[in-house]
Amino acid sequence: MTPAAQLIDATKKYGAVEALKGVTLNIELGEVVAMLGPNGAGKTTSISLLLGLRKPSSGRALLFGLDPNNLTARSRVGVMLQESGIPAMLKVREIVDLFRSYYPKPLPGDRAIAMAGLEEKDGALVKELSGGQRQRLYFALAICGDPEVLFLDEPTVGMDVEGRRSFIERIADFAHMGRTVVLTTHYLEEADQLAKRVVVIDRGVVIADASPEEIKSKVAGKRVRFSAPALTENDLEGLPITGATTTNNTVQLLTNEPEAVLRELFRRGLEISELEVAGADLEDAFIALTSRGEAR
Amino acid sequence: MTAAARAPIGPMLVRQTWTEFLKLWRVPAFSATSLALPVMFYAFIGVGQASQPLTRGSHITFGAYFLASMAVYAVANVMIFSFGISVATERGMKMDLLMRATPLPPQVYLLSRCITAIVFAALTLVVLFPFAYVAGGVRLDLSEWFTLTYRVLLGSIPFIALGFAIGYLSGPNSAVAVVNLIYLPTAFASGLFFPRGLLPDIIKLISPYLPLYRFGQLGWDAIGAPTSDNVATDWLYLAAYGVAFFAIAVWAFRREEGRKFS
Repeated sequence: MTPAAQLIDATKKYGAVEALKGVTLNIELGEVVAMLGPNGAGKTTSISLLLGLRKPSSGRALLFGLDPNNLTARSRVGVMLQESGIPAMLKVREIVDLFRSYYPKPLPGDRAIAMAGLEEKDGALVKELSGGQRQRLYFALAICGDPEVLFLDEPTVGMDVEGRRSFIERIADFAHMGRTVVLTTHYLEEADQLAKRVVVIDRGVVIADASPEEIKSKVAGKRVRFSAPALTENDLEGLPITGATTTNNTVQLLTNEPEAVLRELFRRGLEISELEVAGADLEDAFIALTSRGEAR
Repeated sequence: MTAAARAPIGPMLVRQTWTEFLKLWRVPAFSATSLALPVMFYAFIGVGQASQPLTRGSHITFGAYFLASMAVYAVANVMIFSFGISVATERGMKMDLLMRATPLPPQVYLLSRCITAIVFAALTLVVLFPFAYVAGGVRLDLSEWFTLTYRVLLGSIPFIALGFAIGYLSGPNSAVAVVNLIYLPTAFASGLFFPRGLLPDIIKLISPYLPLYRFGQLGWDAIGAPTSDNVATDWLYLAAYGVAFFAIAVWAFRREEGRKFS
C-alpha cells in the first residue's frame, strides 16, 4: 500500500543554511507520529515539504505517492500550521463552511465545530476569539474536510496547561477514528500521550525513530534525583550513568542501574536528602539523545 | 480515483466569493469609504453647479459630466483598494500559507476576488447614480446610463491587475500609502476632479498617457461629453495598460512564490 506521506532522502537548504540533511521517512495510513526536536531542528521544514509548501533541494516528498501540490492528494489532508492568519472579520461558522467547501466529503459543520469545542463561539467573529480559541478554530479548519491525514505543526503552542490537555484529547479523539496524525511538538509529554511512534529530529537529521517506550529504554531506564549541597564533580566519577544535570543543589542522574549508583554513592559517604527514583520520561530521553548528538 | 476525489468547483466558487464579499463588507475602512467617498465628492463639487452647461452653449450639464468622472473614480478605487490593500494585508497575516495547503485551486481564489471586486464596484454605482439623479438632477437616456455602466465596469479590469501588482509589491503597512500616493494624484492629473482645462500645462502634457485619463474619457464619452480621442483609441490604451499591469502582477506573484514556497 502506498504510504500516506513520504520523504525520500530529502534535503532542504535555505541559502547557506542546511535545514534538512537527507531525511527518509515513511508514514503509513493509520499511524500517529510525533516529530520531536528542538527549535530549528527541521520539523516544520519536513512538514512543509510534505505539504508542498516548500520544495526539497534534493530528494523527494510524496503525499499518497503523488506530488504534494496535487489537489487530489491535498483533498485527503488537513493542516494546522504555525502562525498562519485568518481574516478577523469572518465568523467561526462562515470560515468553517468556507473550508468545508474545499473538500469532497466534508464533516457536517456542527460536528467539526463541536469536535474543536467551539459550539458556543459559532457566531463569533474571529477577532473576538482568545488565543486558545483561535488554535481550536485552526483545528476545526484542519479536520472539517474529514481528512485521512492530519498534519499539526506545534498545535498547542502558547496554550496553558489545561488548554493543552483538553486539546491533546481532541487530537486523540480524531486519531481514534482511525486517521493518520502527524504532529510536531517540543512538548514531550504530548508525543508520549498521543503517538505510537516518535521521530526525533535534530539539526536536520533523524536521530531516532521508534515507539516512545523504546526511545525511553534506549537511553536510560531510571532517573535518580536527590539533593546534595556538598556534591563535587569527583563524587560522580565512574558511576554507571548516562547523563547528569545539577541545578542548584538538586542532582539528577539518568541510569539503567539505579541500585548500583545508589550503593556507590552511599559507599563514598555522600550526604544526600530528598532521594527520588523514577522511570525516566521522554523528556529525559530526549535531552540525552540530543546532547549525545552534541558530542558527535 | 473516483469522481468524488475532489470537491466540485461551482459551490466552492460561490462560497469563496461570498466569503470574500463579507470580508470586504465588514471592513468599514473599505466598504464605507468606497461607497461614501464618491457620493461625498459629488455632493461637494458636483451638486452646486450640476445644472450648469459643461461649456458655453453645451447641452451636457456639469452634473452629468462629473457623474461620469465620479463613476470612473469610484470603480477604479474599488479595484485598486480591494486588491492592493487586502492582498498586501493577507500576505502580512500569512493567510496565503494556510490557503496554499488546502485543495482550493488558485484560479478559483483569483476568480472569486475578481467577482467580488466587480460586484462591489457595481454597488458603488448603485449608490452614486440615484444620488446624482436626485441631488444633481442628472437626466440621461436609458442607453447612456447603460453605456456608462458597462464601460466603467469593463474598463476597470486593468485596475484589478494594477491593484494585484501593488498588493504583491508592497508590504501590509505600506500598501495604503502606496495606493494613495499613486491613485489620488493620478486621479487629479487625469481630470477626474477638475476638468483637464483647469490643470497646469505640464500636467496637461502628461495626462493623455495616464490610464485613469483614458478610463475617464470612456465615461465622459458615454454621457455625450466631447473627448480628445475616439473611444477605440481609449480602449486600446486601457488594454495595453491592462496587459502591462497584468505582466507586472504575474512577475510580482512569481517573485513571491519563489521566495515563500520554494
